[in-house]
Amino acid sequence: MSHRSRQLKVSSLARVEGEGALRVQIADGRVERAELNIYEPPRFFEAFLRGRAHTEPPDITARICGICPVAYQTSACNAIEDACGVTLDPGIAEARRLLYCGEWISSHALHIYLLHAPDFLGHPDAISLATRHRDVVERGLALKKAGNTLLETIGGRAIHPVNVRVGGFYSLPTRADLRPLDETLRRALDDALATVRWTAGFEFPDVELDHDLLAASEPGRYAIADGSLHTASGLAFTPQEFPDHVVETHVPHSTALHASLGGHRYLTGPLARYTLNSAQLSETARQAAAEAGLGPACRNPFRSILVRGVEIVYAIEEALRIIEAWERPPRAFVEVPPRAGTGHGISEAPRGTLYHRYELGADGLVRTATIVPPTSQNQAAIEADLRRVVEDHLDLGDAELTTLAERTIRNYDPCISCAAHFLDITWEGR
Amino acid sequence: MTTPTLAVWKFASCDGCQLSLLDCEDELLELAGKVRIAHFLEASGTVVPGPYDVSLVEGSITTPADLRRIREVRAASKVLVTIGACATAGGVQALRNFADVREFASIVYAHPEYIDTLATSTPVAAHVRVDHELHGCPIDRGQLLGTITALLAGRAPDLPDTSVCTDCKRRGLTCLLVADGTPCLGPVTRAGCGALCPGVHRGCFGCFGPMAKPNTPVLIPLLRSRGMSEADVDRVFSTFTVTETRREEP
Ligand code: SF4
Ligand code: SF4
Repeated sequence: MSHRSRQLKVSSLARVEGEGALRVQIADGRVERAELNIYEPPRFFEAFLRGRAHTEPPDITARICGICPVAYQTSACNAIEDACGVTLDPGIAEARRLLYCGEWISSHALHIYLLHAPDFLGHPDAISLATRHRDVVERGLALKKAGNTLLETIGGRAIHPVNVRVGGFYSLPTRADLRPLDETLRRALDDALATVRWTAGFEFPDVELDHDLLAASEPGRYAIADGSLHTASGLAFTPQEFPDHVVETHVPHSTALHASLGGHRYLTGPLARYTLNSAQLSETARQAAAEAGLGPACRNPFRSILVRGVEIVYAIEEALRIIEAWERPPRAFVEVPPRAGTGHGISEAPRGTLYHRYELGADGLVRTATIVPPTSQNQAAIEADLRRVVEDHLDLGDAELTTLAERTIRNYDPCISCAAHFLDITWEGR
Repeated sequence: MTTPTLAVWKFASCDGCQLSLLDCEDELLELAGKVRIAHFLEASGTVVPGPYDVSLVEGSITTPADLRRIREVRAASKVLVTIGACATAGGVQALRNFADVREFASIVYAHPEYIDTLATSTPVAAHVRVDHELHGCPIDRGQLLGTITALLAGRAPDLPDTSVCTDCKRRGLTCLLVADGTPCLGPVTRAGCGALCPGVHRGCFGCFGPMAKPNTPVLIPLLRSRGMSEADVDRVFSTFTVTETRREEP
């Protein structure tokens, strides 16, 4: 019997958002424990949302994450509009989807170029990557900027947009305001297609995962800003039924809660969306996916970088389509008079389904708030992957195995602020 | 001459302010040619030991471990710049300072005993000396670049202490408070954002915190005459920079 002892430590996982640590315990050639410890300091949003007016959660919850504020704003609006029984005018709903496309483009471009691609090319960061491939990094930055320009045009600011309110927007652009975006987005579409071709040339470790998958779905189009939910195991439910299916528990090693779906682990995010909804992508996006070697489903987490690229292609085309048809709606928002009740809202953050629930009093004040971010839903699946990847590669040296473990985490673009700047990997072997 | 080093640190925050640096898409690679990014975990796995010429600090101090860490960051930094409402004022998470943090923990967590947190969320300047402060939730990207450029040139950054109203006038926007009767905190809020909210026809809600000498007693009756209840006024002054605005209250 081998009692080989391995102690590896990485005191900082870079290129992720937030603070976390990772602990892997190996005994007799088996992974005994694989834990992602999220030690991002708790910020207590759900506690201090109580007593705030029903108009406030979009601005307040945006501050949970600087990388996906639109997701927070949208899920919050959806939930409050649900509680108050309000439906958006179609033109306002289109503007919300358009704004959200900006976040998908910007956040996915950030992850692909600045956080994830360096892993595949053996560079510590994009700046080092730029010393060898400046044009490539410039392309990534241009793509990200296109997303930010869209966010600024519709949202008034790229980080924590100021123009979003319950019921819609404070003001909406005219056709003329949107015209300059057209050219920016057309150039971005070429860059996005080039991104998919570029990442298709990377080398991907061969893994197939068997997690259940969860994503929003909408009739006739790839779900982004709204929808109901469905899973790979065949469940379908409304946002209102989300709490009946997803249960969060608190584990000692993390300040993020762990979610499970009917008692088992599951995954949300690009792989889940793509696998469940790829038939709804645009023609160009589907073709780009096929040329990159993606089938209609993708369960290899290392290929998530390709899926993100395909989703950028889609988001740009979708933005172009909305802009093309844009007629400024007669009003920028629907009045949302408060009423007592509970509302549920979901949307597809770049990292996965983001659920909000608010209970409002008749005075319009929030009584309770519950927020289930993608990273806490994915945490169990990430830990399972980590276990699997480490177990499959125990023959690797300590340094290589550590790198592979970090890459396994980065596949998910875990947002540790919503849940790691800091991943402390401890290998405990015995 | 050796290349100056830049470090970026995160405490309790949303990452939005450090993201503002990566959002300088047109300047990032040029900047990377002028400074050595020595510590910036969101962007790089390379960590160069200090001392650092310039440290940018995002986030507020909310745990015993972070209280120790901020002292180490100060000791390793020649110039320390705090970025954003969290680092300069405690951020939105400072709402706990006016409540019972144990109760807060019990609302969010089934096992609050697993949570190691301080009762308060405090600005960096409450613990160590800070050389410059960039306000805003989030900070303005232009102001960030201007500050880094000034510091690299050995100058003090040029940071405004006037109100959002000045930005608003500079942009030629119609005053929401006067012309439309929309409540707006512009007259007492620090300039720097370029009057983003009035630009989309929304009253300023104070995300840059109070200006140097805010005349809040004059503004409050105006806000009330524009339809805000006492509770609305209370809440708008108690959100993103709650520790500063509470201090400025009459
Ligand atoms: S100040 Fe605001 S934008 Fe900056 S880190 Fe804090 S919450 Fe995020
Ligand atoms: S106008 Fe006020 S609330 Fe709006 S971005 Fe500027 S400082 Fe922040």
